[in-house]
Amino acid sequence: MTVTFPAALAGATTSAASLRQFLHGLPGVDEVGAAARAASLGTRSVKAASKSWAIDLAIRMVDLTTLEGMDSPGKVRAMCAKALRPDPTDPSAPPVAAVCVYGDLVAAARSVVGDSVHVAAVATAFPSGRASLAVKLLDTRDAVAAGADEIDMVIDRGAFLSGEYQRVFDEIVAVKEVCGGAHLKVILETGELRTLDNVRRASWLAMLAGADFIKTSTGKVVPAATPPVALVMLEAVRDFEALTGRLIGVKAAGGIRTSKDAIKYLVIVNETVGDRWLTPDLFRFGASTLLNDLLQQRQRMASGHYSGPDYVTID
Amino acid sequence: MTFEYAPAPESRAVVDIASSYGLFINGEFTSPVDGGSFKTVNPATEEVLSEIAIAGQADVDAAVSAARRAHSQAWGLMAGRDRAKYLFRIARLIQERSRELAVLETLDNGKPIRESRDVDLPLVAAHFFYYAGWADKLEHAGLGSNPRSIGVAAQVIPWNFPLLMLAWKIAPALAAGNTVVLKPAETTSLTALAFADICQQADLPPGVVNIITGAGDTGRMLVEHPGVDKVAFTGSTEVGKSIQRAVAGTNKRLTLELGGKAANIVFDDAPIDEAVEGIVNGIFFNQGHVCCAGSRLLIQESVAEEVLDSLKRRLGTLRLGDPLDKNTDIGAINSAEQLARITELVESGEQEGAERWSPECTLPDRGYWFAPTIFTSVTQAHRIAREEIFGPVLSVLTFRTPDEAIEKANNTPFGLSAGIWTEKGSRILWMANRLRAGVVWANTFNRFDPTSPFGGYKESGFGREGGIPGLAAYLQTDDEGQNS
Amino acid sequence: MNERVEVRKTYKLFVGGAFPRSESGRTYEVLDFEGDFLANAAKASRKDGRDAVLAARKSFGAWSAATAYNRGQVLYRIAEVMEGRRDQFIADIASAEGVVGLDAPRIVDAAIDRWVWYAGWADKVAQVLGTTNPVAGPYFNFSIPEPTGVVVAVAPQASSLLGLVSVIAPIIVTGNACVVIASTERPLPAITLTEVLATSDVIGGVINVLTGDPAEIMPWLASHADVNALDLTGITDPALATELEIAAADTVKRVRRAAPDEDWHEPATLSRIRGFVETKTVWHPLGV
Repeated sequence: MTVTFPAALAGATTSAASLRQFLHGLPGVDEVGAAARAASLGTRSVKAASKSWAIDLAIRMVDLTTLEGMDSPGKVRAMCAKALRPDPTDPSAPPVAAVCVYGDLVAAARSVVGDSVHVAAVATAFPSGRASLAVKLLDTRDAVAAGADEIDMVIDRGAFLSGEYQRVFDEIVAVKEVCGGAHLKVILETGELRTLDNVRRASWLAMLAGADFIKTSTGKVVPAATPPVALVMLEAVRDFEALTGRLIGVKAAGGIRTSKDAIKYLVIVNETVGDRWLTPDLFRFGASTLLNDLLQQRQRMASGHYSGPDYVTID
Repeated sequence: MTFEYAPAPESRAVVDIASSYGLFINGEFTSPVDGGSFKTVNPATEEVLSEIAIAGQADVDAAVSAARRAHSQAWGLMAGRDRAKYLFRIARLIQERSRELAVLETLDNGKPIRESRDVDLPLVAAHFFYYAGWADKLEHAGLGSNPRSIGVAAQVIPWNFPLLMLAWKIAPALAAGNTVVLKPAETTSLTALAFADICQQADLPPGVVNIITGAGDTGRMLVEHPGVDKVAFTGSTEVGKSIQRAVAGTNKRLTLELGGKAANIVFDDAPIDEAVEGIVNGIFFNQGHVCCAGSRLLIQESVAEEVLDSLKRRLGTLRLGDPLDKNTDIGAINSAEQLARITELVESGEQEGAERWSPECTLPDRGYWFAPTIFTSVTQAHRIAREEIFGPVLSVLTFRTPDEAIEKANNTPFGLSAGIWTEKGSRILWMANRLRAGVVWANTFNRFDPTSPFGGYKESGFGREGGIPGLAAYLQTDDEGQNS
Repeated sequence: MNERVEVRKTYKLFVGGAFPRSESGRTYEVLDFEGDFLANAAKASRKDGRDAVLAARKSFGAWSAATAYNRGQVLYRIAEVMEGRRDQFIADIASAEGVVGLDAPRIVDAAIDRWVWYAGWADKVAQVLGTTNPVAGPYFNFSIPEPTGVVVAVAPQASSLLGLVSVIAPIIVTGNACVVIASTERPLPAITLTEVLATSDVIGGVINVLTGDPAEIMPWLASHADVNALDLTGITDPALATELEIAAADTVKRVRRAAPDEDWHEPATLSRIRGFVETKTVWHPLGV
């Protein structure tokens, strides 16, 4: 598969050397400045009608996730039921964007959600990515064959951190190819990349290699998504669009547990890339417990009083 | 539906503004002898907030006498540890009343509540905490032998950070054992008067802090008063010069914190996104009513277009409007007079051939407002590149080499602050070394801290506020000569 | 017996490391303390003052950029060369100030020692006056003293050598360049000092010495826009001091006030160094 880019990017991916040169030529990120910007956006106050709308939007952006060793078809089916109808007491609560499971549980998920929500599978030796390319590709093919229409792959952080950008690039290209029609989310695992400079470079690397989404984290590493990381990834997406015209999605995964946090992310999205990205097609939350907090907030706004954990389901 | 930030106004209910205020002299609010007053308005709405007393000569005399008595009979004799406790007490009271003070500041000044709440008030309290700790440690400051107070300090402050400037003046003065007579700016007296209330609440001995209100005449009477030992002024360079003339031939010590025309220098290897934030914070923070504002943007030619595009896009997200709204980024211009000055300079920029640009921006019908404005194609010869505008107006110039950046940055009678944006460490230090400015922000801008000395080179004034130099401005020692 | 006819001297100014005559061509007679003729000195004009400021400004870049170690060496070198001319200075002092006995050597020794004292400060000022500031945030923040720029000083009228050195040394040690107006009636020790300076390692223009009348020259220098600070120590007329302070305000110059009665045998302090430095504070984020 070949990706064609406008002149500004045409030379970036022609060789390992040019790729390295391109990534290292990106402007640096000042960590303190990025954190200050993200924090200042976090002080935006969202009220009333906007807040209701934002909560429903956030629900529609959730990739409801279970990625545990003890996951079973029964657990996944229960979660999928919740994905379709998050609040059994209120049919107006919208379904989530997708469910996100391990590849062997894709069929179980699909059997419940049908075509109503997307099924995302983590693949490529999730979460560490430590396997041969052949295994990663097989992992991906299996998930697609089982009915996954979104693949959440992990990059090889070891290769990235040792400067083997071409290897990371080639892997993403290869995975993208076996995805077929499935959307590819590329997990950068920013908690292991450590610096925001690396986050910016990895974001561009993934986009150049054909990612449809770039995703912060597996959820297995702390820190997972943070507002400054999301800010830097959104800036990369914004600049990529300016050069190529292509709109790449961003998924903030892990560590986002409250409605307040989710709304902060939506503010960062809105002010960094604009409201075109305020859609599940271009922004997602990878989360498990976030959904219940969003639902409790939703109930509070509808009823006028505070809700409690017994009034949302635990699946 | 789109993502709108619905109005999120901070409640006014936390403040209680009296219909009129007297002068705070010798621990009590008193009516001015001559009885004059003027109205103070909310610049965002032109609503009259209160009537403020005008101090005349008799009132200034009374305030200076009260300060003198307090110095010779109470504060000047008090053990440093006890002065410290009063200052700590004041710091705590400010923290406790910070929401009220933030709202009051925003009402009287027009600055966004986000700034008065998140920047001004925390710094005000921090300033009192910092200098409180110095009160019983003066001999450890390394400023000479037998450090002691100077006497009565006359302090005149501007309207851009009313309470913060009060803190910068009063906290070190009191820590060193001086007593003060402070005159807030005409358009922003209310938080200083609220501070007077805090002094009462803290049981500060009468006369240690005196607050007299009024316009330029009152300020002049105060700094020229023969009973004053020390004059500290923050404000325009023009008034600063007149004060320096007024203290000539006296033994009064003087510190001046005056205007600026800071260069904010962006190199091609800068962290561009953070640089853009720094540019925005540099010139649009507090509507550009900042003496150290980064009002001259110097961009390396190779990235000029890219930086300008990013900057314009970013300006499109700035929210101008009700200062009490927590989502407001740009508040009101402080006064009609200041608005007229900004307007006049901006018109001169256009007449002199610079290109003016502002984002789409609806200005409220009432109150004093000016849209964020960028001028490109500006040269060093333009008035907008030389004169302090003190408004949300950025002049953009370009440079090719580090030497050229230094030459342009230093090519001004001012020397208060400067910014450098580059990822190259050795270049930061090389530049910082050569910039003739009292504060250099590298890869950041407009940061303040009580421990960090602030003040200018050249016509931006002399003396420093903050840190040990800030304490030195209010102490005399046995080692000293007669620096003014 | 035929007494030798002595060679009478007409001294010149010291500007930019050279010895020009006053552009005005004027000189004045210098008398000893008993009123006998000693020499002719150049009577500097406002234009000489302007030239001296120009020379000072020109030297400021290199001098302020020199390492503190280097500046300390240069000041110490001045002391060394003075030591070699100790007898001449003693004779100058004796005739200028009328001091007798051991007082003249005591004054010269104190002047030499003062250079040594200030020489040692060159690489310590930043450590004593500088600070790192523990700001409440993720920033590294430090403050350092930097030279103010071009300083115009009026040397004490009475103490023609010790007072002069005590005024110049603290100005230049931190990297300032200086224009000094020597004691009007007792300029010869200052002139001998210029001969020392010319043969030491001081960059031309860092110290410029004018002889003449401060009342004539100073109003021009106090209002000169390229002067950053004034040291009015040697001004004896309060009205003139006030006038100069007022003129200084036009460009917000730093001013050290007149102190005609200062006792120069008292140990020096940091006070004069402090008067002619700026505090520069630099912030940088701490991040990865």
